[in-house]
Amino acid sequence: MVNPAPGLRLAADADVCAGAGQCVRAAPELFDQDDDGLVVLLAADVPEDSRARALDAVDLCPSGAIALRGHPAPPAPDTGADRLPPGP
Amino acid sequence: MTSPVPDAPDAPDTTADGAPAAFPLARSCPFSPPDGYAPMREKGGLTKAVIPSGKEVWLVTGFQDVRTALSHPAAGSDARHPAFPALGDGEQAVAAELRPFIRMDPPEHTRIRRMLVGEFTVKRVRAMRPAVEAICREQADRLLSLPAPADLVGEYANRVSTTVICRLLGVPMEDLEFFRRITSVSGARTSTAEEVGAALSDLFGLIDRLIDEKAQEPGDDLISRLVNGPLARGEITRTSLLSQIGITLNAGHETSRNMIPLAALDLLRHPDQLDLLREDPSLWPGAVDELLRHLSVADVITLRVATGDIPLEGATIPAGDGFIALLAAADHDPRAFPDPGRLDITRAQRNHVAFGYGAHQCVGQNLGRLEIEVALRVLFEKAPGLRLAVPLEDLPLRSTSAIFGLDEVPVSW
Ligand code: SF4
Repeated sequence: MVNPAPGLRLAADADVCAGAGQCVRAAPELFDQDDDGLVVLLAADVPEDSRARALDAVDLCPSGAIALRGHPAPPAPDTGADRLPPGP
Repeated sequence: MTSPVPDAPDAPDTTADGAPAAFPLARSCPFSPPDGYAPMREKGGLTKAVIPSGKEVWLVTGFQDVRTALSHPAAGSDARHPAFPALGDGEQAVAAELRPFIRMDPPEHTRIRRMLVGEFTVKRVRAMRPAVEAICREQADRLLSLPAPADLVGEYANRVSTTVICRLLGVPMEDLEFFRRITSVSGARTSTAEEVGAALSDLFGLIDRLIDEKAQEPGDDLISRLVNGPLARGEITRTSLLSQIGITLNAGHETSRNMIPLAALDLLRHPDQLDLLREDPSLWPGAVDELLRHLSVADVITLRVATGDIPLEGATIPAGDGFIALLAAADHDPRAFPDPGRLDITRAQRNHVAFGYGAHQCVGQNLGRLEIEVALRVLFEKAPGLRLAVPLEDLPLRSTSAIFGLDEVPVSW
């Protein structure tokens, strides 16, 4: 399980999105899909009461298109590692 | 295409002497994965198996390993790769020739998948609910007007799933019966290879004709949009478009046709769970995901080739080897789903892999969920006394097809 740090920040990468809408199902207040089915981030800063749903969305996303970081995050080099799905 | 998978042995011809197990394995019970999966998963790492073509493949069984393997960039889906672990006779040749997008790698796969994802967004599928409800009501009324016992597969699930997918694609009503005949031949265990071949070529003939018609007179449907968009702009060839529509049609129909009757039976043998749903219909969406996990009918669809080393928890799939990530094994991993054999519609975890995982995860999953939910709700609403009309043991298991299911489910009400 991802260990939630206080103040979570989301990033979504439409280039790797597979468009199956798992994020929208998990957290409709944070994610949407555009007409082409690709992820649209509705809110980058995760409100406290959306935290569990944000974590679910990251877990459910099959393509690693959604990344979640503690905020403020140090500008880390994008290794892609943070896009890999977390453990069960 | 869901090509037939050769007859499965009952038990793994296992590795007591170190020899690879024969694969695929048959289910001994329609509601559980094959018995041989648990020992493989408990032992951890990978299991070597021999598929009917004689090729050796790796079986991946742990939940985390299945997700890691399927989402790894080196998990190749191209059926033209010599190590591609096709299970059915001729499946590899057919996939290599037709090139459905489920058997392709990026960037080709990404390009074609993106032509389709817009049709299946959460929003669009939600908008389809009234139409799906009307279809299910009509088909349930029809079923219940037949003399009991009647076949829940042929007289309900198959009719619901073909009508829904035909509506989505824009197959006109006059072609629907023809389409149903084709799919019942191509999906039947008793059909010969020639019959399946002829059915598929009829199906392609139908799609081919629709492509011309919809270029002339576009409607509000998927084929019209693809024909007047990507095909008209030269982004896809007509041959490829035919294949992609064919696979969408087949996948969309085959899975719901198998899931609906099996899920209905699963609920009937868990009356406490069915009662929960009757008391609180808001539990339905969660119940559908639990049924998807519990039944995992598309268990062996995830055929891959490692195009580079893929490191897992306790082993590595070596570059160049074929592997199969067993979805039913992952969905019954007790480390991910406590007491996995239990159907618990209130289970909090929804991260099952019944629709696969990674870039190929089922593109039509939201429609699939909707269809299963509405078809079951309407059925139990209209037939509160629904029951199986024969002993469970008498139902023939359909273990020779890529999607697990039952050929016939006689019910009374
Ligand atoms: S769950 Fe992931 S892959 Fe699916 S639409 Fe959302 S971001 Fe895209």
